Amino acid sequence: MMREIVRRLLATIPVMGVVAIAVFALLHVTPGDPAVIIAGDYATADDIARVRTKLGLDKPFLTQVGIWLGGIARGDLGASIYSGLPVTTLIKQRAEATISLTLLAMVISILIGVPVGVLAAWRRGSWIDRSVMIFAVSGFSMPTFWLGFVLVYVFAISAHWLPVQGFQSIERGLWPFLRHLILPAITLSLVYMALIARMTRASMLGVLSEDYVRTAFAKGLAPRRVLLRHALKNASLPVVTIIGIGFALLIGGAVVTESVFALPGLGRLTVDAIVRRDYPVIQGVILIVSGVYVAINLLVDVLYVVLDPRIKY
Amino acid sequence: MASSIRALGAELAAAPAAERLSASDRFRRFARRNPTLLVGGVVMAIIAVTGVLAPAWWTGDPLAMRPVDRLQPPSRAHWFGSDNFGRDVYSRTLYGARVSLVVGASVALASLVIGTALGLVIGFYRRLDTVMMRVMDGLMAIPAILLALALMALMKGSVRNVIIALIIPEIPRVIRLVRASVLSLREHTMVEGARALGARTPRILVRYILPALTAPLIVQATYICASAILFEAYLSFLGAGTPPHIPSWGNIMAEGKAYVQLAFWIILFPGLFLALTVLAINLVGDGLRDLLDVR
Repeated sequence: MMREIVRRLLATIPVMGVVAIAVFALLHVTPGDPAVIIAGDYATADDIARVRTKLGLDKPFLTQVGIWLGGIARGDLGASIYSGLPVTTLIKQRAEATISLTLLAMVISILIGVPVGVLAAWRRGSWIDRSVMIFAVSGFSMPTFWLGFVLVYVFAISAHWLPVQGFQSIERGLWPFLRHLILPAITLSLVYMALIARMTRASMLGVLSEDYVRTAFAKGLAPRRVLLRHALKNASLPVVTIIGIGFALLIGGAVVTESVFALPGLGRLTVDAIVRRDYPVIQGVILIVSGVYVAINLLVDVLYVVLDPRIKY
Repeated sequence: MASSIRALGAELAAAPAAERLSASDRFRRFARRNPTLLVGGVVMAIIAVTGVLAPAWWTGDPLAMRPVDRLQPPSRAHWFGSDNFGRDVYSRTLYGARVSLVVGASVALASLVIGTALGLVIGFYRRLDTVMMRVMDGLMAIPAILLALALMALMKGSVRNVIIALIIPEIPRVIRLVRASVLSLREHTMVEGARALGARTPRILVRYILPALTAPLIVQATYICASAILFEAYLSFLGAGTPPHIPSWGNIMAEGKAYVQLAFWIILFPGLFLALTVLAINLVGDGLRDLLDVR
C-alpha cells in the first residue's frame, strides 16, 4: 500500500511542473508585449522598461523559465509589482479567510449533500427524490454571487440577523468568526452540495440493487444500518472522487464569493491584482491554488486505497 | 435483461403503429418521455428569442442615461426599475441576453471543434499520447476560472477576448473526452475492417470514429455552453470580462453591487435571467444525455 501511495505522490511532480510552466508561459503566449500590458495604459517608456527589467523579461525565455522554477524550488514566488512585497507574504496574509471559507463550505456540503443523496436513492421516484433532483440541477446552475446577494438581502439587510459583509479572524472568538462566515459559506456550498447529492444518489442507486443489500434488508437489519454501513460504504468511491474533482468549483466560487462579501482572501487578492495587472501575484496564487487542488486529489487517491484495498494503480 | 428484451419487442410491435400517429400525438409522446429536454428547450428558446429580438419587446435604449430617474424601483415606466445612472434595467437585462448567448455559443462551438481535432490526433498516435496527456493533466489542475482570470489580466477587455479566455480552459477537457473514446474505438472491429480494406488513418478518424463521438460531444457542448455563460458573468462581475459599456448580465450586477441595500432590483433581475438561462441549458444537456443514451 505504501508503494502505491509513493507512486501517486511521484506522479504529481510532472503535473505541477506543467502548471508552473503553463502559468509562466501565459505571459508570452498572449498577444502583445507583456511588459507593455503589465505597465498599463498610461505607462511611459521608462515605466515599461522598469517592468521589463524587474520581471526579467529582457532575458532569454528559457533563462526566465529557469529563474522562475528555481525560485519555486526555494519557496520564492517573486514580488508584487504594486506593493513590492514578496508574493508568498501576500498569500500568507490572505490565506486564513479563504481556507476558513472553503473548509466550512466543504463541511456544509458534505454534511447535507451526502445524506440527501442517500435519502433520494432510498426513496427513489418519491417526492423526496424528485425534489432532491430539482435541487441538484438548479443548485448546479445557480450563479454563486447572485445567490450571495439574495441571501444578504434576506438575512442581513431585511432581517438584520447576520452581518452584511466582512471577516473576523477566529482569534477573536468562534461566534463572531462563524457569524461573518455562515452566509458566504452557504452561498459557496450550494453548487458543491448539488454535485455531491447528485453523485451520491447515482452511486447509491447502483449499490442498492445489489444482492447483499437485499440480503441485509431481508435479515431484518434496520434500514439506517443497511444504508449507511452496507450501501454507502460501497457507494462512497465515486462520491469521494467528486468531492476531490469538485474542489475546483469551490475555489472558483470562492473568488466570486469573497468579492460579494468583502472577505480578505486569496480571491480578493487575485481580483485586485488583475485590476492592477500585477502578474507575479496572479501567477503565485494560481500556482498555490493548483497545488492545493492536486494535493486534495492525491489525498482522494490515497483514501481510495484505504476504502477499497483491491485498488491498484 | 429479460425485461429489456420484452420492452424491445413491445417497441418493435408498436413501430408500424407509430407511423400512423398524428403529429400532435407524436409530440405528446415525446414530451412525456423527455420532460426535462422539453422544458429546458422551451425556456432556452424563449430566452434566445428575447435576446435576438430585444428591441421588439418594448425596450428603450439600454445605454440612455436619465439622472433624474436614477434608482427608481420597478414601476410601469421601468418594469425592472432603473440603475444609478437612470438607465432602464429591463432594457439592459434583455440586451444582456445577447452577450451571454454569443459567448455561450461561441465558446461551446470553438472548444468543441479545436478539442475534437486535437483529441482525435492525440488519441490515435500513441507516441504523442503519453506526453500530451501529462500536459493536459497539468492544465486541468488549474481551476478554470483562475486560468480565465489570468488570461484576461493579460488581454484587453473585449467580448472576443472573453471568449478566448473561456475556450482555453475547456479545450483540455474536450480533448480528454475525445481521446478516451478514440482509445476504446480504435480496437473496434469496424476500424480493423476499414484498415484491412486499406483505409488510411485520417479517413478512419473522420469516417469511423468521429460519427461515434457525435452524441457525447453534443451533450458536452451544452454543458460547456452553460458554464461559459456563467463564467462570462463571473468575469464581468469581477471587472475582468466584457468591457463595462456593454450591458452584460455580469456587468449590470457589478454596477448594482454598490446599491444592494438601496436598489436590490438592479441585481435581482439580471441574476434571475442568468440563473434561468443556465438552468435551461443544463436541462437540455441532461435531456439530450438521456435521449441519446450517453454513458
